[in-house]
Amino acid sequence: MYDVVVIGGGVIGCSIARELSRYALRVCVVEKEADVGCGTSKANSAIIHAGYDAAPGSLKAKLNVEGNPLFTELCQDLAVPFKRTGSIVVALDEKEVADLEALYERGRKNRVPGLRLLDQTALRALEPHISDQAVAALYAETAGIICPFTLTIALAENAYANGVEFFFNAEVKKVYALRPGAPRFLVKTDHLCLETRYIVNAAGVHADNISRLAGGDSFYLTPRRGEYCLLDKDQGSLARTVIFQVPTKMGKGVLVAPTIEGNLLIGPNAHNIEDKEDTGTTAAGLAEIIAGAKRALPSFDAQKTITSFAGLRAVPPQRDFLIYADSKVKGLIHAAGIESPGLTAAPAVAKLVREILAADGLKCKPKRNFNPQRPPVIRFSDLSFEEQSKLVRRDPSYGRIICRCETVTEGEIIAAIRRPLGARDLDGVKRRTRAGMGRCQGGFCSPRVMEILARELKLPLTQVTKQGGSSYLLAGPTKAPEETGKKGATNNGSL
Amino acid sequence: MEAYDLVVIGAGPAGLAAAVAAYEAGVKKILLIERDREPGGILEQCIHNGFGLFYFGEDLTGPEYAARFIQRVQERGIAIKLNTMVLEVTPDKWIIAVNKADGLLKIKAKAVVLAMGCRERTRGAIFIPGTRPAGVITAGTAQRFVNMEGYLPGKEVVILGSGDIGLIMARRLTLEGAKVKMVLELLPYSSGLTRNIVQCLQDFGIPLLFNHTVVAIHGRQRITGVTIAEVDPATKKPKPGTERLVSCDTLLLSVGLIPENELSRQAGIALDPVTKGPVVDDGMATSVEGIFAGGNVVHVHDLVDNVTREGEIAGRSAARYILNPKPAPSLKINTKAGAGVTYVVPQLIHPQQMAEELVLSFRVNQVFKDQKLVVALATGQGHKILGTKKRMIMVPGEMQEFKVKKEDLWAALGQEDSSSPLELTVSVPEEGEDHDV
Ligand SMILES: Cc1cc2nc3c(=O)[nH]c(=O)nc-3n(C[C@H](O)[C@H](O)[C@H](O)COP(=O)(O)OP(=O)(O)OC[C@H]3O[C@@H](n4cnc5c(N)ncnc54)[C@H](O)[C@@H]3O)c2cc1C
Ligand SMILES: Cc1cc2nc3c(=O)[nH]c(=O)nc-3n(C[C@H](O)[C@H](O)[C@H](O)COP(=O)(O)OP(=O)(O)OC[C@H]3O[C@@H](n4cnc5c(N)ncnc54)[C@H](O)[C@@H]3O)c2cc1C
Repeated sequence: MYDVVVIGGGVIGCSIARELSRYALRVCVVEKEADVGCGTSKANSAIIHAGYDAAPGSLKAKLNVEGNPLFTELCQDLAVPFKRTGSIVVALDEKEVADLEALYERGRKNRVPGLRLLDQTALRALEPHISDQAVAALYAETAGIICPFTLTIALAENAYANGVEFFFNAEVKKVYALRPGAPRFLVKTDHLCLETRYIVNAAGVHADNISRLAGGDSFYLTPRRGEYCLLDKDQGSLARTVIFQVPTKMGKGVLVAPTIEGNLLIGPNAHNIEDKEDTGTTAAGLAEIIAGAKRALPSFDAQKTITSFAGLRAVPPQRDFLIYADSKVKGLIHAAGIESPGLTAAPAVAKLVREILAADGLKCKPKRNFNPQRPPVIRFSDLSFEEQSKLVRRDPSYGRIICRCETVTEGEIIAAIRRPLGARDLDGVKRRTRAGMGRCQGGFCSPRVMEILARELKLPLTQVTKQGGSSYLLAGPTKAPEETGKKGATNNGSL
Repeated sequence: MEAYDLVVIGAGPAGLAAAVAAYEAGVKKILLIERDREPGGILEQCIHNGFGLFYFGEDLTGPEYAARFIQRVQERGIAIKLNTMVLEVTPDKWIIAVNKADGLLKIKAKAVVLAMGCRERTRGAIFIPGTRPAGVITAGTAQRFVNMEGYLPGKEVVILGSGDIGLIMARRLTLEGAKVKMVLELLPYSSGLTRNIVQCLQDFGIPLLFNHTVVAIHGRQRITGVTIAEVDPATKKPKPGTERLVSCDTLLLSVGLIPENELSRQAGIALDPVTKGPVVDDGMATSVEGIFAGGNVVHVHDLVDNVTREGEIAGRSAARYILNPKPAPSLKINTKAGAGVTYVVPQLIHPQQMAEELVLSFRVNQVFKDQKLVVALATGQGHKILGTKKRMIMVPGEMQEFKVKKEDLWAALGQEDSSSPLELTVSVPEEGEDHDV
């Protein structure tokens, strides 16, 4: 019997799980994908927003402004790279200056610290590559950049280290309220049947469905897709801060930002779609974001795109987060409709959910042995020559470079597989080590990473997948030599 | 710290040839560094034949061709470190490398030859929209799986791009029992060798669709199909209404190669924006003194024979520099891609130190039939034609060559004083265009 089952292993579910792991509770996370952070939490703008955007008085505004400062300590504890680059909203003509003032005013109402209006000279000094059309900007010093899946993985690992259980490849298909009026449920997936007192619904764009399965409040979350292009690191220095445009009638505009790893990210657009799994990109969409981004930063080279991707906003009906105890089903707590700035708000959302659970009758006794810290991850490419030498002498597997673009070693990949909640597939290794994220996108390293996965997980190579499920990478062995009369088909499983 | 006269980075055909040539020219303290588990470079996975027709006058497989040079390296006792990745080359020729056995290595060289080959362009680079499932794989990676590891990447295959690797893999996968449904090519012509189109597609009845591309990828976990469309040859944009769905479990990308120049860039070596490789002179010297380059790292070759030749030039020049280090003479001629030509290698000629004969390598930017090729030198006094040649056919997919004799070049130069800029242009002028001025 669990105290809490968290449905969904995105940044929201993992933040909540980690927050609950501070207390003497039995908690698990149930996730339909093969890893945490495979939904919207891996495909967004990766920005820790300052908080001037959201309407004053909304939950979004409150949790954004509460969440932002928490990142300093959180990222230190979890050994997650985070950088407060600051952000700017640029006015591309004189008329838009009034919009900046309105945003500044909204920020003041939301109690956002460190907001300043910059004139053209100050703006140029801050962003030398900004468009000549840019006349002024609103600068927000507390905004920052982070890798959203590194954060999600780190939260999950730390929750796990503090006793939270995780179930993967486990799509919740049925929820039975066992005793009407009392918090008591059965949560069913194809292979699991979990009994719990409370359910936290953190199923992202599918949270409306979970509420429906549990017989809870009815609401519909509209999937609104945002597409991105990620550009080569040689474009990364074109932007120093996160560059937004003034929101227009046409939409919020496309942003340009450096990523924490030094690439340049451009996007997103915003289009409502029907299919809640459709994270495909479109030719028109990519053209739209490139054109949009060029308005603020004309000089980037779109040909330097190394990959493109899309994420789905879970747009709630009233455009505010739905974080509350269900009005019909006792023990069902929603953390739903968490569109942007959900990443930023995540630590504050987790605290709020814990308070709601406590108010609903869950006894939260702090655990004395809670360890907020996650052991740091070794990054070979970040080390000095001397440190690298020492490391390879201690463990020679750090002397074999597997990913040439991002300089990732075999040692790092082995560690990513062996860590708590370690990688189980190619994408899991990629998100934990960056192997395959560089400009060749895995062309060079994927056969080598597959070999290490097969060896570590004791799987035949043909069972190694890209992202779990049926995402196999090899269809089978080639014909035996006698069948083709050709050499080369060795088939011995070792690469 | 270790010290060598010459360090060669990459033990593919270019690196192997460079090491042997430098040895023959009198430099004995040579180290070859290779990140893979065996020397030979990309040749090790090219188990088809067609290698060495020019260099050896024989039809060899890739590994056979490589084996001849590996043997020459071994016979000379040239040192080679395998499974060793070079992480950095500095302009003053320190090399930082790493492997499991030695750990971090810091090596000092008097000269360096860069022979890192090239890498494949990927899906992101060509903006194919859609989902991101498993089963979208570059042709070279597929080739490694099939030929070196013994695994089939998929059973129902669509190939995008008619570059040589894609063509070779169409045949290879068919032989392994996969169904290759079609090869799509964005352009109205193939970038692969004609012999490969015949032997790898036509002989197996695999359709090659020109002016076609993939406009979307489908499937959530494993690819289930692609939407293909015809493109307008003028704009290269898909024609609305021509889209159709083709089911497949694998999309193979053969959409071009890019010289691998991360190390060169770090070392501050000037790169040519068209070839994406170092700017080199007639001796394959880069813009950084004492660093030379050859093979696919300089520009993408179709034939290994030419790679070997470039490697040999780089090795000989490096040896000359080691035995008598002095900067290149000041008199120089820039080469230029004129009308109809994409690029010319080398980008720079030093007439005072050039060999008796120099090969200009270049590619044309469209298909030319029965057109004349013109090589002309522009000096302070005007234009002088160094040579013209009528060619039956020139296609972008096949590298063109033009040999320039030292004596002809000097004759054209005449009494040139070295202060005025000199330019050697290779062009395919339009019919009737006056190219004597
Ligand atoms: C385009 C875009 C840009 C954004 N930019 C920013 C930004 O810059 N800064 C910021 O602060 N926020 C940003 N956001 C918002 C932020 O990304 C989201 O708020 C956050 O990722 C939501 O996390 P989540 O955990 O709620 O959802 P998800 O990450 O989608 O997690 C939900 C999880 O639930 C699982 N699940 C669903 N159904 C079931 C089931 N039946 N059983 C089991 N598991 C299930 C899913 O597989 C998924 O892993 C952006 C969002 C988008 C779309
Ligand atoms: C699929 C395919 C089919 C072909 N078919 C034919 C054919 O039929 N006939 C023909 O004549 N030619 C053919 N070619 C062309 C020919 O094989 C190549 O042009 C030739 O191999 C290029 O040689 P290279 O030495 O420049 O590069 P490569 O062979 O790529 O060698 C470069 C080497 O450098 C190493 N390296 C790179 N970076 C580092 C580093 N940082 N540290 C250490 N080592 C490093 C690499 O591991 C590699 O071994 C084909 C090529 C391909 C890819």
